[in-house]
Amino acid sequence: MRRGQATSGAAPLQGTHDIPHSAFRNPQSRRSGASPWQDAFRRLRRNGPAMLGLGILTAFVLAAVLAPWIAPYPFDRTNLRYGARPPSPTHLLGTDELGRDLFTRILYGARISFAVGILATLVSLTIGVAYGSIAGSAGGRADHLMMRVVDILYGLPFMFFVIILMVIFGRNILNLFVALGAVQWLTMARIVRGQVLSLKAREFVLSALAIGVSPARLLVRHVLPNALGPIVVYATLTVPAVMLEEAFLSFLGLGVQPPMASWGSLASEGSAAMESYPWLILFPGLALTVTLLALNFLGDGLRDALDPQMTAAR
Amino acid sequence: MLGYILRRLAGFLPVLFVIVSLSFFMMRLAPGGPFDQERALPEQVRANIEARYHLDEPLWRQYLRYLGEVAQGDLGPSFRYPDRSVNELLGLGFPVSLTLGLCALTVALALGGTAGILAGLRRNSVLDYLTMSVALGGVSVPNFVLGPILMLVFALGLHWLPVAGWGTWRHLILPSVTLGTFYAAYVARLTRAGMLEVIGQDFIRTARAKGLREATVVLRHALPGAILPVITYLGPASAAILTGSVVVETIFSIPGIGRYFVGGALNRDYTMVLGTVVFFSVLLLFFNLIVDILYAYLDPRVQVR
Repeated sequence: MRRGQATSGAAPLQGTHDIPHSAFRNPQSRRSGASPWQDAFRRLRRNGPAMLGLGILTAFVLAAVLAPWIAPYPFDRTNLRYGARPPSPTHLLGTDELGRDLFTRILYGARISFAVGILATLVSLTIGVAYGSIAGSAGGRADHLMMRVVDILYGLPFMFFVIILMVIFGRNILNLFVALGAVQWLTMARIVRGQVLSLKAREFVLSALAIGVSPARLLVRHVLPNALGPIVVYATLTVPAVMLEEAFLSFLGLGVQPPMASWGSLASEGSAAMESYPWLILFPGLALTVTLLALNFLGDGLRDALDPQMTAAR
Repeated sequence: MLGYILRRLAGFLPVLFVIVSLSFFMMRLAPGGPFDQERALPEQVRANIEARYHLDEPLWRQYLRYLGEVAQGDLGPSFRYPDRSVNELLGLGFPVSLTLGLCALTVALALGGTAGILAGLRRNSVLDYLTMSVALGGVSVPNFVLGPILMLVFALGLHWLPVAGWGTWRHLILPSVTLGTFYAAYVARLTRAGMLEVIGQDFIRTARAKGLREATVVLRHALPGAILPVITYLGPASAAILTGSVVVETIFSIPGIGRYFVGGALNRDYTMVLGTVVFFSVLLLFFNLIVDILYAYLDPRVQVR
């Protein structure tokens, strides 16, 4: 969402040649004096679940960013004599076997989970947009070949390659971003390529070509800004997918390593001890589930708001 | 049709070649070998071990050797279990993983399909909203959270089902539900959308006008069209179920391929990891082929050429 607002300020979207095509597809939704982005935002605001999702996410992200200030205890303080105890007024969500405060650990875990979600999405965004726009601009045999590669990659068991990457390059968090992002770009590439192909045939691109705009500038300045809607929508839907994959890897012990913790590794520790201390799996699992639900709500809402014609990409 | 299948099978070869080469070089470029992490071995012992696994040969010869072996269906010895070959281990684990995967897929299709049809037929009813809310929840609960919670409630709490392990049909229930729920939710959404699209069309009205029973109209006429998106989704879903079974096998201590894979990855058992990836890739390629054939069979508009 924030990204959507930022772009509406930064990119010159007011000119007639820059209106996203979705606005043309749905002419009655355009009001006089409102840019298509403002219009989309108005539609989003009327979408209850999406706004609820946005609210929850804002709260969670804020809590994650402010963790060092709002956490009631230092995240690595252990108290072996205290041990694992259920939720109480002093420890809102209880403590683990080492006497660490679970609420604090979930707050710090949120930092890792969100960071992985956002950074890996940026990696996939970069690769996917570059690949898709090159294929779409090139057209012809190069396009055919590039998309054939994407088709083949689609059929592969991707998480296994991520696991191999983690094994090879060591289980540190930077590799995690890159490995997850590196396998998530396929759908993005397809979407961008489709957009570029359809925009290429439009008059404003033709007129830009006629006044001698270079191909690179044409792509960056005229074509991509108009494909922004679907790109933003799909990026929003990539974040929960990546967060889930990070949690999956950390659960198997192949992701974030101690003393750092993400929601996935917390859930992993929790499931090992759940028979005696069920709250250790319940709360990290709940945090993850609520976040994924909120992101899915927001993603669906953005899709309806920005591009009513777009069907589910996956 | 036969020509199409043969051509697709021939197309598998370059794909498999790329997969094998890519995974091979990725594994070998890794700093450190499988025998590095243990105590420093005497020089002679180390040389002998490397000679046994041909690790002392130049990389290109190892690569050619591996390609040759894979072409003959031999995935090499396991580094971790010295007296076992990767083929043996996969052979032990595969029936288990296959059973689990098929049960999960059945759960997904039966549960999701039924829910989707009912929701699609009674659009905007309480039933519709209820099913779709549950489905949305189902998509958002990760299987490694659902699994332990189900285990906590039904095995540790109520003692209805065994906690973990493998053997009887009762061991299958919790893992299949854990693995299948996400896909059931997704299938429900797809089936509902497909149903809504089909149910308003003329041929359905014709079928009703002929006086057919409602069950016949829905199951014989509407359903084949409505589940086309589900069939398309089966390809990626089977890939994801394979991946997901890695976690579920770990949670429920099931002796399937997924556990060998994780064990191999954690212990740098190169041949095991490589072998699993190759095996899964072959499996997926075949599954996608079957899905495409099924699709052509259900939708006469699709020409298989």
